[in-house]
Amino acid sequence: MSALAYGVAAWLFLVGLYGIVTSRNLVHLVVCLTVVQASTYVLLLAIGYRSGAAAPIFADISPNRRVVDPIVATLTLTDVVVEATVAALLLSLAVQAHKRFGTLDPNEIGALRG
Amino acid sequence: MVVFGCGAAGFAALLAWGLAGLPSFGHFDGAYGQLLAHITVPERKATSVIAVTTFDFRGFDTLGEEFILFTAAVGVLVLLRLQRGEEQVPADPQTPREPVAESLSLRSVATALVGPVLVLGIYVVAHGALTPGGGFQGGVVLMSSFLLVYLAGSHLRLGGSRPITAMEVAEATGAAGFVLIGLGGLVLAGTFMENFIPAGTRGSLLSGGDVPLFNIAVGLEVMGALLVVLGELLDQRLLTRKESD
Repeated sequence: MSALAYGVAAWLFLVGLYGIVTSRNLVHLVVCLTVVQASTYVLLLAIGYRSGAAAPIFADISPNRRVVDPIVATLTLTDVVVEATVAALLLSLAVQAHKRFGTLDPNEIGALRG
Repeated sequence: MVVFGCGAAGFAALLAWGLAGLPSFGHFDGAYGQLLAHITVPERKATSVIAVTTFDFRGFDTLGEEFILFTAAVGVLVLLRLQRGEEQVPADPQTPREPVAESLSLRSVATALVGPVLVLGIYVVAHGALTPGGGFQGGVVLMSSFLLVYLAGSHLRLGGSRPITAMEVAEATGAAGFVLIGLGGLVLAGTFMENFIPAGTRGSLLSGGDVPLFNIAVGLEVMGALLVVLGELLDQRLLTRKESD
């Protein structure tokens, strides 16, 4: 049971990597990259988890309650922002590639350029 | 495929080895996080440790994070600017380039949701220091309320007067506001990003000192940046490449 969360992170990473390697479409490739990045959220949050602990929001729990680590949650927030920006930039590059080469298939783009 | 299979198998083995060295699930004992979790409420009076960590204890990191977003929006603007050999197709109502979704149900649902989603976004931004949420999350919700306006209307009709300048101004205001609040700490408390506003009472809307202000600045920034990115990507529909190039 305790290894499950880490296993999910590793699985997401490898599945996303498989998608990137076999991708035939640049937009699909960007989505696969976000799957890879999602594995880092799972890993970060799994590391910070403490069994039986509550979320570190003291609005409605006792101040002495055991809470999960707030640092990894903050890092995950940074991670999400970085992912969104990476996806936005890559998608605009995909738009430009499609305008220039008329295709979104990475193999064909390579073939056209030689 | 075979190459990938070998590589992935080797990588999976390494990954499993690395993960085995991590603290076992549920027994993390980082002292820093626990320290922050237990001094937040007495010192800052705000109840969301994550928001206070993001905007106060680790505020300088968040400054960098915000400028990543800012730079990315600028990068998208640069990448998708009108390039040589392209021309803007005028938003002519005669041409059959109407949006795909012209259904009445989509329009009415989107119109009905604009107001509630906008209020929800403002709520999430304003209560960032108290409950889960904050500037980043609320900014995305605010952005989606403007996206609903787009869904409810016809994009091409907005073509002439699309408020991209207003979005850019919102983004820049958010980014500048973040730095200015940080500078306020430098002037009034002696250190950049130092919390210089009284922490208030626990659980009230204005608790946490400058954390709510940071939340508002980030909310504006996120909303503006995402709207700029989406607006630019949607604009690509209006561009065509000249055949003769």
